[in-house]
Amino acid sequence: MSIPFPSDQWIKAMMEDLNQSASYEEAAKNWEGDFVFVIEPGGKLEKTVLLYMDLWHGKCRNAYEIPEGETVKSAFRLSGPVSVWKKVMTKQLDPMQAMMTGQLKLTGNMAMVMRNVRAAKELVESCTRIPTEFPL
Amino acid sequence: MWYFQSPQIVYGESALSHLSQISGQKAFLVSDHTLERLGLVEKIRSLLQENHFQVETYLDVESDPSVVIVEQGAQKMIQFEPDWIIALGGGSVMDATKAMWVLYERPDIDPVAISPVEPLYLRKKARMIAIPTTAGTGSEATWAIVLSDRDTHQKLGLGNRECIPDLAILDPELIVNLPPRITADTGLDALTHAIEGYTSAWHNDFSDGLCLQAIRLIFSYLPRAYHNGKDLEAREHMQNAATIAGLGFGNAMAALAHGMGHALGARFNIPHGRAVALFLPYTMAYYANGGVESRYREIAQILGGTFTTDQEAVRWLIDKIRDLETEVGQPLSISELGIEEKTFEDDLDNLVSFALNDSQTLMGIRIPDTDELTRLFRVTYHGKDVSF
Repeated sequence: MSIPFPSDQWIKAMMEDLNQSASYEEAAKNWEGDFVFVIEPGGKLEKTVLLYMDLWHGKCRNAYEIPEGETVKSAFRLSGPVSVWKKVMTKQLDPMQAMMTGQLKLTGNMAMVMRNVRAAKELVESCTRIPTEFPL
Repeated sequence: MWYFQSPQIVYGESALSHLSQISGQKAFLVSDHTLERLGLVEKIRSLLQENHFQVETYLDVESDPSVVIVEQGAQKMIQFEPDWIIALGGGSVMDATKAMWVLYERPDIDPVAISPVEPLYLRKKARMIAIPTTAGTGSEATWAIVLSDRDTHQKLGLGNRECIPDLAILDPELIVNLPPRITADTGLDALTHAIEGYTSAWHNDFSDGLCLQAIRLIFSYLPRAYHNGKDLEAREHMQNAATIAGLGFGNAMAALAHGMGHALGARFNIPHGRAVALFLPYTMAYYANGGVESRYREIAQILGGTFTTDQEAVRWLIDKIRDLETEVGQPLSISELGIEEKTFEDDLDNLVSFALNDSQTLMGIRIPDTDELTRLFRVTYHGKDVSF
């Protein structure tokens, strides 16, 4: 059964997937830094939704949808319209190309990212494994 | 949506004279002490001074440049405040210069954080000219930067689209005295760029033709340049091929031979071109087993082969590459590099870990896991066939 994206249920499903992934655990063994995914409106999604993930040494320690009006400071922030997220999550668009062309914007410690490119790749792979219902 | 990046390219006999046509006041020339001894640094300095430039030099760039060297050069650059930055050398000099340029324009950036996903806003202070003195790296035509971490013995694949030089000057006079060993190493580096660029996950209509033409030129002219360095026609075509391959793979990315080559080169101090070319036939077989045979068949066909199956074409192409490598005295296995098996096995976990984390490994059409990569390193050590 598909899970609505973006939602608290969806980000928790991704946490579960990551924590079961041996390849993510291995690739991200040196990763330190939490993420906020910013999903901007499009289609039936009328408001920006923020999803939080606490990623630490190959595991996801916590994940939730940030309640409307709240702000969370995170080490990394990945932002883009829901239409672009859908393209990446359905493998129509390479995530690195999405970031290099400004369709998704990543901010944070780039030195950490450049030393752990495989962890970033595995993170996106996890997104593609979640059965997802998009608001488009 | 994608981009095609290219510098302006000045090429052929007397191309260096173009330096008399650039306008500006201060030029910062980055090179190394070998090229200084050969008189090439002085040649460029004189051309710039004749054009009324004030010239400052930084000549301490080492092979596989470290972050420390980049920071030192950038500091000198910041003091001099140039409006042109000129790299004279091989891939190490050009990559280091690109990184120095970033730090000159953006002193707030950590060099190991130069990433392709954030705008740098370069060219507010200076533009960059690359003058290659080898025929292979292609760095004069790409935005890629490879720096070495001296503590971990790891190569860091960095870069940003803005880091592409504004101007590349290819003068065959600069490579006519290149020794055969370096001619072979760098020429095969260019071949690896072209083949990986043609078969990478990001290959595209703009890069494909460039990669194919580079492959054709390298098979025709590398043996001639290797056997007779004074063959100016061969030198010029190899110089062009290297830059064309740079444009090809620079706009399509490289792949697993580079990921594995970076790891081996950094851990065992193997020249970049020799390391990546060593892995090329093995990674091609690995990719072919994963379903990219038709792309290799297209390469084999432009080299004159005719085939009834894709598998036959792949085999033929791999053999042709090995024949070329043999002709130019290249090792065909890791053991032939003189690395003891125990030393290799003791470091295998590091090699696998570094190769898995290399950005180029992730650009291939097939991405190996830890087990597959371990097997691929071992097969390459012993020079065996890739059956998986």
